[in-house]
Amino acid sequence: MSGLGVWNYVIIIFLMMIGLYMVMSSSNLVKKLIGLNVFQTSVFFLYISFGYIEGATGPVMQEGASLYSNPLPHVLILTAIVVGVATTAVGLALSVRIKESFGTIEEDELHTMDSSL
Amino acid sequence: MSDHLILRIVGKFLIPYILLFGLYVQFHGDFGPGGGFQAGVIFASAFVIHTLLFGLESAERIAPQWVLKIVAASGVLIYALVGVAAMLMGGNYLDYDFLAADPIAGQHIGIILVEFGVGLTVASVMMLLFFTFAGRGEAS
Amino acid sequence: MLAHLPVLVILAPLLGAPVASLLRGPNWPWLLATLLSWFALLCSVLLLIQVNAQGTFIYTMGGWEAPWGIEYRIDFANALLLVLITGLASVVLPYARLSVEHEIGADRCPLFYTALLLLILGLCGITVTGDAFNVFVFLEVSSLATYTLIAMGKDRRALTASFSYLIMGTIGATFYLIGVGFLYVMTGTLNMADLAERLPAISDSSTVRTAFAFIVTGICLKLALFPLHLWLPNAYTYSPSAVTAFLGATATKVAVYVLIRFVFTIFGVEFSFGAEPLAEVLVPLAIIGLLSASTVSIMQPNIKRMLAYSSVAQIGYIVLGLAMGTAMGLTASLLHVFNHGLMKGALFMVMGAVAYRMGGTSIDDMRGLAKTMPLTFWAFVLGGLSLIGVPLTVGFVSKWHLILAALELGWWPVVVAILAGSMLAVVYVGRVVEAGFFGEPKDATKREAPWGLLVPLWVLVIANIWFGIDTRLTVDIAEAAAAQLMAGGVVR
Repeated sequence: MSGLGVWNYVIIIFLMMIGLYMVMSSSNLVKKLIGLNVFQTSVFFLYISFGYIEGATGPVMQEGASLYSNPLPHVLILTAIVVGVATTAVGLALSVRIKESFGTIEEDELHTMDSSL
Repeated sequence: MSDHLILRIVGKFLIPYILLFGLYVQFHGDFGPGGGFQAGVIFASAFVIHTLLFGLESAERIAPQWVLKIVAASGVLIYALVGVAAMLMGGNYLDYDFLAADPIAGQHIGIILVEFGVGLTVASVMMLLFFTFAGRGEAS
Repeated sequence: MLAHLPVLVILAPLLGAPVASLLRGPNWPWLLATLLSWFALLCSVLLLIQVNAQGTFIYTMGGWEAPWGIEYRIDFANALLLVLITGLASVVLPYARLSVEHEIGADRCPLFYTALLLLILGLCGITVTGDAFNVFVFLEVSSLATYTLIAMGKDRRALTASFSYLIMGTIGATFYLIGVGFLYVMTGTLNMADLAERLPAISDSSTVRTAFAFIVTGICLKLALFPLHLWLPNAYTYSPSAVTAFLGATATKVAVYVLIRFVFTIFGVEFSFGAEPLAEVLVPLAIIGLLSASTVSIMQPNIKRMLAYSSVAQIGYIVLGLAMGTAMGLTASLLHVFNHGLMKGALFMVMGAVAYRMGGTSIDDMRGLAKTMPLTFWAFVLGGLSLIGVPLTVGFVSKWHLILAALELGWWPVVVAILAGSMLAVVYVGRVVEAGFFGEPKDATKREAPWGLLVPLWVLVIANIWFGIDTRLTVDIAEAAAAQLMAGGVVR
């Protein structure tokens, strides 16, 4: 991982904080989901940068290559991406139904409606 | 979208190639990078483009939701049953070595079948997701 | 076939879920799910017997040996949890037929049972697997199923409850993922036994410490430890009754199991309690949690919500036990995981029966229940006694062991807190029992709940009494599991 220095971690932490901040600060449910996606994506980057080896080629056997980058983190993250897509789909479906039954997807308005129920 | 002539024509050109690329990624996954997840998403994206250009109704005529639901469920079943087949033939669950007399041939059969199941499920679930969201919008 | 037991438990719901989604009407998917859950229970019981006879049970997925492939590794702790999950599923599913048709509607039944089977799949998967990343995958399978199940509740607030659980649950799972990533980069393995072997040599690094912090925090979000419990009360209150019964009895318990597995097996007692201040952090949180959540539950007008807060309090007891870091504390914790599953399952099923007849679960619906629905009401009384910890019930067994564990360490204030928690439980259970005995029925024409609800409910209530009197089985297994976990749990 020497080729990347610490820059990958700087970028990852930056993205992670943006994502978490969006989840916590925005009151719109869809924006929350976008923040959640940014947060998850930062973790995907974290794993993918783990698999990087300087001077290595793609993990497919070929002539003249002796150093391969580590494919396992990529496989793990492929699974995590699918999980993330599913989570986003469920979250968006919930927001659609919240919009249909409450008429809004702003969290502060939902809170006032909830307590009046 | 009916008045966007350029988009419609370019889309018509693109869709077969996207489908073909999806199938390539699916079946080349045995020898190189590829596999069911990616192929399923690529395959489904062709249907998404078709829906965007020609409307939900024409897309659902090709792939009705009830068919997609059956395909999605059967993909999971293919995956699970390949594992069961390996188990019945004397190996552990999903041990492809036992699917054929030659372990390497067994691995080929196993991975192709499992990835086929994954591809079916991913493609149909992606389409179902898109159609469901798109359908909700039109109804209201 | 015996060699395949761990995978058969997973396979039953995996094959059942897609088939259930294709079946029509309310009854066929129900029948399929019920039969499969009974099959899974049979497999788990056989597995427990096997583990008891032959020790740790290892199954390699796809024939790939452990460090490369995923292995399923069953010892006493997972076997106990598996019996709890599949056992509760086999009781809740027969109960679900009437309750679900009433609360959700016949047309959505196939989807409901599909999601419930996926939930069982996820929970069993977390329990059996010996691979840290595999835990994440199954965790998300179970979580996604949970979000959809909660959102099926009748009240529209079920949707917002499900959404906030989705946000919190995903953050928790992603924290776990970050922690596992750090462990992978330090050790180059994801296999739990391998991790346990390689970690002691490098445990004095900030990466491993960070990984520990992320994993513990992420799991504590999932198991609803005190300051991270905010998603739980709404989720349990508004989800369909059968779902609440199953989730309340199993979902948080499985997260507790993951915490135990990481703290004791993977990081080891010396690291978790010696190098890291786990006890200093978890014990105060557990005690504040059990006292404050019990106090809050006294004030709840909705009994389902009251029981949800009580669940947060009971998680406090469980975490308290494991945070002691001793074999006795761990025994108490595992016992309470099992026993609390039995009592909360029974109590939430009572509330489902009340909702079925009275249409609500507030304290007003409970008034005069001793006259109109005596069998349902007596089930609540017995479950409540168990929750308080009265002798001859399961609640007593686990609280007794917890107090013994605290006394062994000489933690007198903790003993006082445990007893104070029980006193608070007397108040919040007593309030409902009083309303049931002495209140005027809201509607005197209501009859007893149908047998389809009563039989599964009473099976669970009798289990509460049975395991309270005959403690050999549970205590022996919990002690064996605790001994295994304290020893590091790595048995190659």
